Amino acid sequence: MSWLRNPWGRPRWLIAITGFYVLWSVVPVLLAIAFAFNSGRSRTTWQGFSFRWFTGETGSVLNDPALRDALEHTLLLAVICVAVATPLGVALALGLQRWRGRGSGTVNTLMLLPLVTPEIVLGVALLLLFLRIFPGIGLGTEAQAIGQVTFALSYVVVIVRGRLVSIGPEFEEAAADLGAPPRDQLFRVLLPLLAPAIVASAAVVFAISIDDFVVTQYLASDASTTTVSMLLYANARGAPTPALNAIATVGLVITLATLTAAFLVYRRFAGGKEATSLATLEV
Amino acid sequence: MQQSRWTWRLLALPGVAWLAVFFLVAFYAVLAVAFGNQDTLSNPVPFWNPLDWNVGYVLEMLRNYWEGGPFLTVSLRTIEFVAIALVLSLLIGYPVAYYTARHAGRWKGLILLALILPLWINYLMRMLAWINLLAPDGIGSEMLHSLGIEWAFLQIGLLDEPGGWLNGQPITVILALVYGYIPFFILPLFVAIDRIDKRQIEAARDLGASPLGAFLRVTLPLSVPGILAGAVLISLPMFGDYYTADLVSASTQTNMIGNQIDIFMRQGSEKVTGAALTLLLSVFLLILMLYYLRTTRQSGTSAQTA
Repeated sequence: MSWLRNPWGRPRWLIAITGFYVLWSVVPVLLAIAFAFNSGRSRTTWQGFSFRWFTGETGSVLNDPALRDALEHTLLLAVICVAVATPLGVALALGLQRWRGRGSGTVNTLMLLPLVTPEIVLGVALLLLFLRIFPGIGLGTEAQAIGQVTFALSYVVVIVRGRLVSIGPEFEEAAADLGAPPRDQLFRVLLPLLAPAIVASAAVVFAISIDDFVVTQYLASDASTTTVSMLLYANARGAPTPALNAIATVGLVITLATLTAAFLVYRRFAGGKEATSLATLEV
Repeated sequence: MQQSRWTWRLLALPGVAWLAVFFLVAFYAVLAVAFGNQDTLSNPVPFWNPLDWNVGYVLEMLRNYWEGGPFLTVSLRTIEFVAIALVLSLLIGYPVAYYTARHAGRWKGLILLALILPLWINYLMRMLAWINLLAPDGIGSEMLHSLGIEWAFLQIGLLDEPGGWLNGQPITVILALVYGYIPFFILPLFVAIDRIDKRQIEAARDLGASPLGAFLRVTLPLSVPGILAGAVLISLPMFGDYYTADLVSASTQTNMIGNQIDIFMRQGSEKVTGAALTLLLSVFLLILMLYYLRTTRQSGTSAQTA
């Protein structure tokens, strides 16, 4: 119990638990990545290093139609989701920040609800919506994109509002005092100041769109609307090749590269402390 | 100023309209289907007017619960799985969050990175990793075998057969849930412990509290909000989870409520029953959701005034 006697000493068993936890959480994924480079067909026995499951002539991410299409569809959805959710969310954040009084409380709650609603509930709700109310849209790419935007929106609002709070109202007030009309206050003062947060939220939206599974699966129509996550779900228990690990690895690299780039941009333009709080709080 | 106030509301309008249609109306569709009817092909026939609502399907489901039918079994199993997963998450997560916040020193940034990283790795990839490891010839099963853990689990009866980790074992589903969601639990907990003013602990010690006393009467009570926030944050998705049990067990013996909904809604064609079950789940989870919203709103307003 020496760790308790001296709360700033070296607590051996805490180090042990933390070390074990970090290994436990990271090593299985690293092994899954390693097996993407297996030269044999096994996902459990190492048979040598190769890129065949990434670029090989058959059955690879690059050349297997099912895998390539899933990757393309995933990226397509992510791009649509960023293009729609980011402007919508930035506008909503700006509006909510300045909107005081009637209705603002309700909208604030409404905006946070998709974050706490279990995805299966949202998936079921949107499935019934597109089957029964908007049969014109129906299931498929549009429905999937709409579903992803619906919960991605909240992330944008939370990130952009965080930045709005930290820059404060002074800049805008100064602009107003100097005679800038509301339009100029928005486009020439606020939006440039918000740029790092907008970049960060776009990256977060991109990443959560790529990693999303439930809503995307519920609103899928046929094989052409299969995403990487859906492919993993459908094949993980079958007898697939390491190509499954390979496509998961490709998705992971894209997600982490996007987030790292956005994090660096954010830190460069908005300060390190805010960037850290963004990384720890935006989950 | 009047004009600019309207500008701001106008800016919020598209987002609000989006959420109104794709969240509120969508959820109303669940109500209309759950309180609706079905045609002879068991396609749902929603009743949009609340005055027409047919409570038959929901009542029948409630009767099933009352009589201890399969829905009750699945729901109790779900609560059991989630409860055990929460306890395990706390036992593993608290020391990790405590160490990272208090003792990690120059390693803090690196450990924090390791804690954040899993949040951005596709959940299904993390499950795939374990499926590969726990396959009968996987590295994980072999390690568990040679370390004697498999033997211990067989003795306690938590595992049915050697190497059978993925053959419908409740323990595998629970551990997979812990693995999947614990990063979301640790981070709010880390933030809560990190925020505790160290001078409060020093004060407790100066006033004669033993180290254990200071921990129990200062640190632990002050980390309760973080524990609760993390617990709610991971309970909500766990209650709606169907893919974890599907992937690491694939047995109806470990079905959770999410699996039941998924069977009705997506795989089968009993959408009315599925909608009724979704409705019951939402009502059950509403308390947790409102609690979480209240705490985030409070911390949001305190951050704004600070």
